[in-house]
Amino acid sequence: MRAPGGPEVAAGDVLLSVENVSLSFGGVKAVSDVSFDIRKGEIRAIIGPNGAGKTSMLNIINGFYHPQQGRITFQGKTRSKMRPHDAAHGGIARTFQNVALFRGMTALDNIMAGRTLKMNKNLFWQLLRYGPAMAEEVEHRHRVEEIIDFLKIQEIRRTPVGRLPYGLQKRVELGRALAMEPELLLLDEPMAGMNMEEKEDMSRFVLDVNDHYGTTIALIEHDMGVVMDLSDRVVVLDHGIKIADGTPDEVKKNKGVIDAYLGVAH
Amino acid sequence: MFYREAGQFKTSYASDQAVFPILQDRIGVFIILAIAFVVIPLTGNDFIINAVMIPFLVFSLAAIGLNLLTGYTGQLSLGTGAFMGVGAYACYKLTTIYPGVNIIIWVIASGFFAAAVGAVFGLPSLRIKGFYLAIATLAAQFFLEWCFIRIPWLYNYNVSAAIEVPQRELFGIIVTGPRASAETRYYIVLSIVVVMTWMASNLMHGRIGRMWMAVRDMDIAAELMGIRLLPTKLLAFAISSFYCGVSGALMVFLWYGGAESAVFNINQSFTILFMIIIGGLGSLLGSFLGAALIYILPIILRFVPPQLGIPLHAATIEHITFMTIGALIVFFLIAEPAGLARLWQIGKQKLRVWPFPY
Repeated sequence: MRAPGGPEVAAGDVLLSVENVSLSFGGVKAVSDVSFDIRKGEIRAIIGPNGAGKTSMLNIINGFYHPQQGRITFQGKTRSKMRPHDAAHGGIARTFQNVALFRGMTALDNIMAGRTLKMNKNLFWQLLRYGPAMAEEVEHRHRVEEIIDFLKIQEIRRTPVGRLPYGLQKRVELGRALAMEPELLLLDEPMAGMNMEEKEDMSRFVLDVNDHYGTTIALIEHDMGVVMDLSDRVVVLDHGIKIADGTPDEVKKNKGVIDAYLGVAH
Repeated sequence: MFYREAGQFKTSYASDQAVFPILQDRIGVFIILAIAFVVIPLTGNDFIINAVMIPFLVFSLAAIGLNLLTGYTGQLSLGTGAFMGVGAYACYKLTTIYPGVNIIIWVIASGFFAAAVGAVFGLPSLRIKGFYLAIATLAAQFFLEWCFIRIPWLYNYNVSAAIEVPQRELFGIIVTGPRASAETRYYIVLSIVVVMTWMASNLMHGRIGRMWMAVRDMDIAAELMGIRLLPTKLLAFAISSFYCGVSGALMVFLWYGGAESAVFNINQSFTILFMIIIGGLGSLLGSFLGAALIYILPIILRFVPPQLGIPLHAATIEHITFMTIGALIVFFLIAEPAGLARLWQIGKQKLRVWPFPY
């Protein structure tokens, strides 16, 4: 599963690096001077207390926010300003903290929509829905069905996603992101608001995606148990500043992290 | 029980992705087409064809056009009437400049003029949404209406400031102008509407339809998935206006036989908007149902009191009709805010499990 265009990055090499990135909204410094990297094939967690700038960081990575300072290098290409659809072309997909599915469409159509970038038959064939357009439709339906099987959501294919329970919506959203065959998958709190069982299911899917498709994953999560179990490396933000970076064990012992989460005695 | 898909197995994704995967639906569509193409022309009188069916089809096409934009792409527009006008005036200019060319070609070609104008007025949609976009499209409505009145070139400097449809023939049959038969005009309108509805349905079931609905439902997620908002919205404006333009050309050339700018005023825009709201946003079937409710129902209501032998003054009947329609609209919106198309969906679901409740 490789996005077109980008140069091949071998497993273990740096896929994305963020260098000295700062972002502020007026007087509010959302992210200040943060640097870290994401290596190909790993699961990278971004954690931190509320308001630490985690979601802002994801928004910067996929081009939704433009940082005032700093550079971002993805697959060897450096850019400071990028539009979201360029990020999508480059192979960055994401899910959202509050589910951002297309509510009026069925689960199948949502995931098919994820393949928009891979489809290119023009308006003429689309109007006839015949020949090349239909062949393309069927070809992509095959790929989408693989994802549906992978996520075990066969029975809700034809259900409008607005009617699905929250846990399944999260799963469909993951499916939609997977349909893009991303190089880098950004998951913004994939397990927020789930019960234990749903969290375990979702964790398994995240590991399977990483394992099966070899997708590099960056995830934001508040459940420390999940983060420590899933991730290869963790970066910790607090008030927009990076306070720790390393393996889960290193981070767990870091004094700054403990202080940020539990507070410091004054 | 009547509407069971049990036993209808799909063995390929192509058949599963079909527009009408269920056999009963295909039979239903076939019956409707048979009635439209055979039964109505054979049994209907001049009144049914000329004053009921042709306008209904013309309005349906315009409603489909607006539904593509508002219902599927989520861009509210109040410029429908003006875009219909662009189609009508473009068709008039084209056929008077090049009288030798087949009129059907000009009717379709006029859609492209409307599409271009629509795309230009769709430009603000990148920055503004919802009611504010509606106001921006209102600018299109007023500006274009002004053009229809103030630019005499558009109506060939007629003293009446109106466009008079000239007589045009197709394979020796008169299709436009006062001498064209109702049946001929009906067949042409029907064919164009059927083909364009089929194409709209194809479009909505494919990549472009999904892009539009993605933009409607969650534009941020759509953008992060690689859908570029401006080209997608402009395409929606263009195709929507194309449908409206063709509808406008059909309205003047095959129904009215002549028109002045007032036909394409803001009321027309609102009428079409009401049709899709009542019929169902984001539903092609809803476009037809909405057009039927708003256009055909008043005609039927007008005939009810005389048929029952109630002696009422014509003006009184008119008033009662207005009140009844108003009440019905309120009733339908309360019963099903998602429109008549949704009621039909619910009905299908009931038929499916009948005689059991679920």
